[in-house]
Amino acid sequence: MKSSLSKLVTAAVCGLLALALSACKSTSGSKAVIRFWALGAEGENIQRLVPEFERRNPGIRVDVQSIPWTAAHEKLLTAYAGNSTPDVCQLGNTWIPEFVVLNAIEPLGQWLDHSSIVRKENYFPGIYETNLIDTVLYGIPWYIDTRVLFFRKDILSAAGFPDGPKTWQEWTEACRRIKSTSDGGEKYAILLPTSEWAPPVILGLQTGAALLKDGATLGDFSGSDFRRAFQFYIDFFRSGFAPIGNTQVANIYQGFAEGFFSMYITGPWNIGEFSRRLPPEMQDKWMTAPMPAPEHDSPGVSLAGGSSLVVFRSSKNKSEAWRFIEYLSEPSQQIAFYKLTGDLPAHREAWKDSSLVGNPYVRAFFRQFERVKAPPKIPEWEQIAMKVQDYAEAASCAKMSVEEALAALDRDVNVMLEKRRYLMSRK
Amino acid sequence: MESAVHLRVRQSSFPERFRASISPALVFLSPALVAITVFFFVPVLAAFLLSFTDFDIYSLGNFSYARFVGLRNYLLLLNDPLFWKSLKNTLYFVVIGGPLSVLVSLSAAMLINSRLVKWKSLFRLVYFAPVVTSLVAVAVVWRFLYHPRFGLFNAMLGWIGINPIDWLGDATWAMPAIILMAVWKNFGYNMIIFLAGLQNIPEYLYEAARMDGANGVQQFRRITLPMLAPTSLFVGVITMIGYFQLFAEPYVMTQGGPLNSTLSIILLMYQQGFRWWNMGYSAALAFILFAIVLLVTLVQLKLQPSREE
Repeated sequence: MKSSLSKLVTAAVCGLLALALSACKSTSGSKAVIRFWALGAEGENIQRLVPEFERRNPGIRVDVQSIPWTAAHEKLLTAYAGNSTPDVCQLGNTWIPEFVVLNAIEPLGQWLDHSSIVRKENYFPGIYETNLIDTVLYGIPWYIDTRVLFFRKDILSAAGFPDGPKTWQEWTEACRRIKSTSDGGEKYAILLPTSEWAPPVILGLQTGAALLKDGATLGDFSGSDFRRAFQFYIDFFRSGFAPIGNTQVANIYQGFAEGFFSMYITGPWNIGEFSRRLPPEMQDKWMTAPMPAPEHDSPGVSLAGGSSLVVFRSSKNKSEAWRFIEYLSEPSQQIAFYKLTGDLPAHREAWKDSSLVGNPYVRAFFRQFERVKAPPKIPEWEQIAMKVQDYAEAASCAKMSVEEALAALDRDVNVMLEKRRYLMSRK
Repeated sequence: MESAVHLRVRQSSFPERFRASISPALVFLSPALVAITVFFFVPVLAAFLLSFTDFDIYSLGNFSYARFVGLRNYLLLLNDPLFWKSLKNTLYFVVIGGPLSVLVSLSAAMLINSRLVKWKSLFRLVYFAPVVTSLVAVAVVWRFLYHPRFGLFNAMLGWIGINPIDWLGDATWAMPAIILMAVWKNFGYNMIIFLAGLQNIPEYLYEAARMDGANGVQQFRRITLPMLAPTSLFVGVITMIGYFQLFAEPYVMTQGGPLNSTLSIILLMYQQGFRWWNMGYSAALAFILFAIVLLVTLVQLKLQPSREE
């Protein structure tokens, strides 16, 4: 019995070893294989750019795996826990701090010194900043993303702001005038869905709020800067400029076309969606504008978003991986990728292409990228953002006052950051 | 083989009777016991210990950053509005979906068992097919059915003059939509068990009842239901336990949205554990769910009259 059991175990171990060996073999053949994980639509489209890279680099093969956005975060963390991370990966730039804490991704500064394509001055400063953790560079911006104001040109022209409001004061005035034209029927000036954390956070960044204090170990949402922004945000609801509750606007494109609301803070993906989903007669009646500023220094700050390319520490093909990142950062590849996906290019050189220069909706984004800021760069940020959203919703429907909501937000955030405080005190 | 075992046993110093009765049984059970220990008891114990730590993303990077925190995770959970929301959603699903599923499967079983129905095996197959279909495939089709503008359900509502419903996008309708799909997907399994139960009821009971002039309803209440009691208890308990673990349906269909209206306890556990990597917190959630299920099962067993009475 014992001997037959041990035979079985031996056989099983041999089998596993054989499997492991064959797995090693497949990566160490004559060609170096770069495993590249790309997310969502990017993952589906990137395949088209790979053949050219492989033609130029006959010794390298790129193995692209497409991962849906909804499962990406879990998948990356489990891959790290299971020691099976890829060589190169697309990472939403708010995820970078987390993977730096895990010590999972490689600092890229050394490669930058020898590159003619990937250079600091080729990127928008605010976007580049998001990839720095304590002055060390961990990611190369691939495509970039921020939020601007989408608005109904006809309605805002009638209200006296044909190019969109420039300051908070103009913004409130525009809302007041639009609201006053609603003849009895239900009509609003702006849509601020409480399922989105970006609008209150952007307004906070605009007033200079740090959001967190003491080395990002305590919430600072009750501080005067964020309080001012949050009050301004909540006033849209209290004054009746923005509809309360998420179920009022079942379809934002329909609501926008009907004039149910005429302003909406959103990102570059909606340029494509608006062109596709708004009826043809609406097509010359909408425009984009950079975010209004609290005072007179328009444009106001917006969120630095987008995805970066990172190299995992466990990779055995780091120089090949870097070469692939460099290739994807070339302006011509960035333009090709923009044409495939609508993702805005990170490399400034690419912005000179006619496909971008000729697109009037993209102009506001170009101006906005000069003034973007990153939210706090700590692993807990996404959970904190969810809390901001929860309390913004509670305050918007008057379940809580602004003071109560911000105090409760700070309390919750402080609980979340307890571990961070402990680790800081240990160091 | 047996002689080999006895040989080895005889050399040991255990009393004769003990080794004769236990040892061979243990040896034969050992592969299963080892598997259960390694893949079930050890992980459950580990998870239980984990629920008293703050194992999180920092600890994943450096194990020494994990701390024992006693009951902190449990206390945090009880103060987390999202936990109560998910508990409410799960109870909604169990209380409405569970009985509905049992009723539908019992009715289907009785229909198939009826002498009036032809092609019994065909119907049995058709009703059982959803159980063995992959959930993701089912979810894709049901997403089409629930589509606010082009879906079959809204088209059918349109024929009788009811305005379209945004099934999966509206916080009020998302859970009913999930329940409908889950019941359709799962009732076939219980139906098969009920069918077996129905076929075990001796025909002479019905014959005697008919001679005494009992009508269909009376036969159902006085014979079918009491005779099905053990089956019903089994089905009830298994369905309840299964429905408390609601996960795949909302994970595939709604991701817990809109506005967390389909966020179940297990989905919250998954999000806390694998999205945010708050493993300690998520393990505590698992044990709270275990306690709830245990409690409800005990209540169910208590409520069931024993057969002797």
